[in-house]
Amino acid sequence: MLERALKGSPRYYGWLALLLVIIAGCGTAYIYQLVNGLKITGMSRDVSWGFYIAQFTYLVGLAASGVMIVLPYYFHHYKKFKHMVIFGEFMAIGAVVMCLGFIVVDIGQPQRMLNVLLHPTPNSILFWDMVVLNGYLLLNIVAGWVSLETDRLRLPHPSWLKPVVYVSIIWAFSIHTVTAFLYQGLPGRHYWLTAILAARFLASAFCSGPAILMLVMLITERVTTFKMPKDGIKTLAKIITYAMCVNIFFFLLEVFTAFYSNIPGHMHSIAYLFVGAHGHTELVPWMWTFAILAVASLALLVPPQLRDNHKLLPFSLAILVVATWIDKGLGLLIGGFNPNPFEQISPYWPTGPELMVSLMVYATGALVVTILFKIATDVKAEMGVAQKLPCGCSSEDGCKCAGEAEAA
Amino acid sequence: MNQSRRHFLKFAGLTAVGLCAGASGVLASSGGGSPVKPNKETLHATQWAMVIDTRKLNTDEAIAPLAAACHALHNVPDVPNKQNVKWLWSASMEEAFPDFPNKYQSPEVEHRRVMLLCNHCENPPCVRVCPTKATFKRPDGIVTMDYHRCIGCRYCMAGCPFGARSFNFGEPREHLDLTKLNKEYPTRMRGVVEKCTFCVERLEVGKLPACVEASNGAVHFGDLSDENSPARKALRENYTIRRKPSLGTEPSVYYII
Amino acid sequence: MYNGGSILAGLVVFLGLVTIPLWFNAGVKAYTQPQVKLPAKEKECIESKEFMRKEHMELLNQWRDWALRDGKRTYVNAKGKEFTISLQNTCMKCHDNKAEFCDKCHNDQAVSPYCWDCHTQPEGLKK
Repeated sequence: MLERALKGSPRYYGWLALLLVIIAGCGTAYIYQLVNGLKITGMSRDVSWGFYIAQFTYLVGLAASGVMIVLPYYFHHYKKFKHMVIFGEFMAIGAVVMCLGFIVVDIGQPQRMLNVLLHPTPNSILFWDMVVLNGYLLLNIVAGWVSLETDRLRLPHPSWLKPVVYVSIIWAFSIHTVTAFLYQGLPGRHYWLTAILAARFLASAFCSGPAILMLVMLITERVTTFKMPKDGIKTLAKIITYAMCVNIFFFLLEVFTAFYSNIPGHMHSIAYLFVGAHGHTELVPWMWTFAILAVASLALLVPPQLRDNHKLLPFSLAILVVATWIDKGLGLLIGGFNPNPFEQISPYWPTGPELMVSLMVYATGALVVTILFKIATDVKAEMGVAQKLPCGCSSEDGCKCAGEAEAA
Repeated sequence: MNQSRRHFLKFAGLTAVGLCAGASGVLASSGGGSPVKPNKETLHATQWAMVIDTRKLNTDEAIAPLAAACHALHNVPDVPNKQNVKWLWSASMEEAFPDFPNKYQSPEVEHRRVMLLCNHCENPPCVRVCPTKATFKRPDGIVTMDYHRCIGCRYCMAGCPFGARSFNFGEPREHLDLTKLNKEYPTRMRGVVEKCTFCVERLEVGKLPACVEASNGAVHFGDLSDENSPARKALRENYTIRRKPSLGTEPSVYYII
Repeated sequence: MYNGGSILAGLVVFLGLVTIPLWFNAGVKAYTQPQVKLPAKEKECIESKEFMRKEHMELLNQWRDWALRDGKRTYVNAKGKEFTISLQNTCMKCHDNKAEFCDKCHNDQAVSPYCWDCHTQPEGLKK
């Protein structure tokens, strides 16, 4: 099947070339970091994890999100997702590749990385994160590839595939739970030290992840003959809406607990993020943007007539993605490290090289996703499933024009 | 002779690997016929502890020589920005004890400067989170680091609630006066975390930590389980507090107020 | 054979590439063992010359763990003689010239151990 990645339109090749140019160009920033060390980043004694680990955390959510398509299809036999499942699995592969990339660029001695395996330390959550992320990568490669391959050959799926998929569904929850445990088990980091953090991570993952997935699939629809069934889009948008409601609810639970209890440590981080502290207000505009965009996305997604408007949906989803990214990709890390252990504020902002290295990792993920989606859409086209019909419907919609197309 | 010795060393190495993998922390070479042993002069303890008298040691000027002694001895670089490396430093009462914000305190106490260093917690979160056992707790209670093994993930820095850990963001030798290095002690390399070690290398040759020696009796040091140790005597005779005791890490550094 | 010409050309290029080390070293004079400078004052190392030559890296690895992790800093050699476990303060006190001792073989073998990223060489460090 891999050969399908090699045969494409000039536009496909152009896009791949662009990504490779970005990877190579920003790769120079990574070489610069390898030569000079992490001093080229904005990180400090106090904010000792920065943009890289924040992106890692956000993307673990994207990796886990495919399960919002896989679970309804396999556990509830929701047939409308039948031809979307593969994209969830392939997106997870790309996301985990980016997660691992962000870990690699963040550590100070990458050549010693294998020490995590040479000296396995089960009391460290980072050890378990390594286990669950690599396991999830493997599960999705096996499940995605084998199901697509057997579909292409028009054979029934092998009997062992179902248990693998079931494991991968449970596993998806584990990757984001373990990633939350990285943070929520640390004494003295009040913003993270909360039992609901794992639940918050999952809620935020299950709205932002499928939203990104849907946006990428809408782009895929424009450049290929692939077309999602209308009901599939509708259901996924509904799932995203519910998850975003839960996400915002969980966040408000944090705000209540911190401010009603009036315990200073619990209030400080939230206060720093939303109103500033000790004269530092770096994140205030960002956090209010998050608040406004979060409400806006809900306003656009909760009413069914707005949610089902296909013209509006991409914008609603994009707003949601930006909102959740500010919350988790920016506020979570900086708010977790501030105030620092001395109750002081130590501002952090990523530097240019830091952003370039991040772009390199993002471009690598995009490359993996592009190639995998290319293969998947080619196979779908070859099998004639989930294809665009002249009337704009998907062949799975059961529109009238389906019959016309076949007759013609 | 050489051949059998070689086998013995290989076996000892394997034993070391096996024991390191276990959670027991038993010394690698226990098991008899060992070619290594502790130095004769080594000072032993079940839990080393430090008691700092903030009545005597309470200004930047008084703390600076202690920090200087420590940093010179251990070749600690002086990085002039927020990525700096500190083993021992001075902070305000408010920074050191953010949980004690009483109003209308004695101005003398309120304006004291406090000597800060790694707390060598009995229950250290940095050891708990380290994914490679590069940070570990010795049987004598000292929390120390194996810089050869550190991968620079900085999880320990997120885990430490006392801000006691520093990361070598850049090349530490760029910020050291190479003509004045202590040649008996290594520097560190870029990309690893470092911190105070309670001068474990000095305890093993029978000397007290450098800051204790430089403190003119303002810092007491000894075995917490030995009631006749200087640390226990200081604890018995004075009112002491520790940093952030509610977190349950059980710091081994105490402050006389 | 389909595309026989391209396959053969590819094979030739491949063989040429994998045998580069041979071409590269053709005509270079025969290998001679590097002459390291041994300590002037001390004749005996902590273990036999043969052992040290083959196993010093293993021994240093074990020394590192014994001293740093186990807190055991006295090494008893095969003859029962005791040494303090320390690269800088035991090994390099006799081998007081890194360039003439360590580097000679390491450069020859194209290995670059990271010892000196932290440990100070006896010659001192230059800016």
